[in-house]
Amino acid sequence: MIFPAVKTIVRRDLLLALRRRSDVATALLFFVIVASLFPLGVGAEPNLLRAIAPGVIWVAALLSSMLSLGRLFAADHADGTLEQMLLGAAPLGVVVSAKTLAHWLVSGLPLVLIAPLIALQYDVEAGLYGVLALSLLLGTPVLSIIGAIGAALTLGLRGGGVLLSLLVLPLYVPVLILGAGSVEMVAAGLSAEGQLLLLGAMLIVAAAFAPWATAAALRISLE
Amino acid sequence: MTTESIKWFWYASPQTFFPLAGRIARVCAVLAPIFTVAGLYVGFFVAPTDAQQGEAYRIIFIHVPAAWMSMLIYLVMAFWAAVGLAMNTRVSFMMIRALAPTGALFTFIALWTGAFWGRPTWGTYWVWGDTRLMTELILLFLYFGVMALQASIDDRRRADRAGAVLAIVGVVNIPIIYYSVKWWNTLHQGASVSFTKAPSMAVTMFTGMILMALAFWMYSIAVAMVRVRCEIMENP
Repeated sequence: MIFPAVKTIVRRDLLLALRRRSDVATALLFFVIVASLFPLGVGAEPNLLRAIAPGVIWVAALLSSMLSLGRLFAADHADGTLEQMLLGAAPLGVVVSAKTLAHWLVSGLPLVLIAPLIALQYDVEAGLYGVLALSLLLGTPVLSIIGAIGAALTLGLRGGGVLLSLLVLPLYVPVLILGAGSVEMVAAGLSAEGQLLLLGAMLIVAAAFAPWATAAALRISLE
Repeated sequence: MTTESIKWFWYASPQTFFPLAGRIARVCAVLAPIFTVAGLYVGFFVAPTDAQQGEAYRIIFIHVPAAWMSMLIYLVMAFWAAVGLAMNTRVSFMMIRALAPTGALFTFIALWTGAFWGRPTWGTYWVWGDTRLMTELILLFLYFGVMALQASIDDRRRADRAGAVLAIVGVVNIPIIYYSVKWWNTLHQGASVSFTKAPSMAVTMFTGMILMALAFWMYSIAVAMVRVRCEIMENP
């Protein structure tokens, strides 16, 4: 009963995203533009840009992922679908996990795929592409999973977007430190194993526990 | 349910808790200045000058108790959040509202005094690479987040419950702060006082710190109780 529900919701959300492609494209463009602003701000010195590239890409990914969180529940809340999901037979935690997975496929995975292009712009060494993509692959799902809690708490509030950033960004900090840190470790000639393992551990713990909090927050927001 | 267990909920009603909060607030408000004066006297006049850090170390009499309080108040807040969500008691949610500003205040004091201590000792106000500094800063943002979330929801019941969920989520940060100096070997030194071994400092220094910690406890309880009374009066 659980897997058909997950399949249906993921398929439905992906289909909805496919029908409104501009939403997906906007978040991606935001990622590219923020990453392109830094060289204009800090100057075009190649060594400096090479040094800040992992941090810039990670911060841009973080902001882009946060901006798209509003979409996670808002549309379903507006047309009443969310209440029907709440009443449905599938446990709310499963519904939330499926929606988060779909959200990551639409907003997180494209970031992982486009990040090497930004790295190319910053003239990052070729050896760092792998660890950058891997850290984003492990880290961006954590952003979606944790962000879902904030999205559920601020559902339907006026000024919800700014509030969401205040709630969610502090919780994103460990992911940012580990993600950017893993690339910097490899750049310094060391092993990034520790950082990547910690990111993986965070992904597992967040995927196991955060949907409970998101479900509780959704129930509170919808009662 | 036996009558014994019902007594637990006697003070869960705002009406019965109101006078109790007043009594607790009065006692703590009297004790707080006494402990503060005693603690500051021991800290500034009795405790010896540190061999390595000179007089600058004396800021720990504020810094360490404030840092303890910042973590403890968050734990207490998360505890009331869990009780409130599980038992649906209104006073528990009022406790969250009453504790959050005081917790944020002590977090800020811990960061601020730490910066003042770091300037002469480490040679810098702030180090971005240090885990304890980062996690304490995140704690400050978590307090602000809980307060901002409660303030921006008009429906009081939803505001209380949403704030409680956020408080419980943020509690993962507390063990990370506490163990950060053990897990990561960065600039911030290890724990000043440990439960498992004898204090590694002069007895008078230790006494001063404990007295200040008691003073902060009394202040926090008094202020929280006064704030709870205001909350009860605003929403009887």
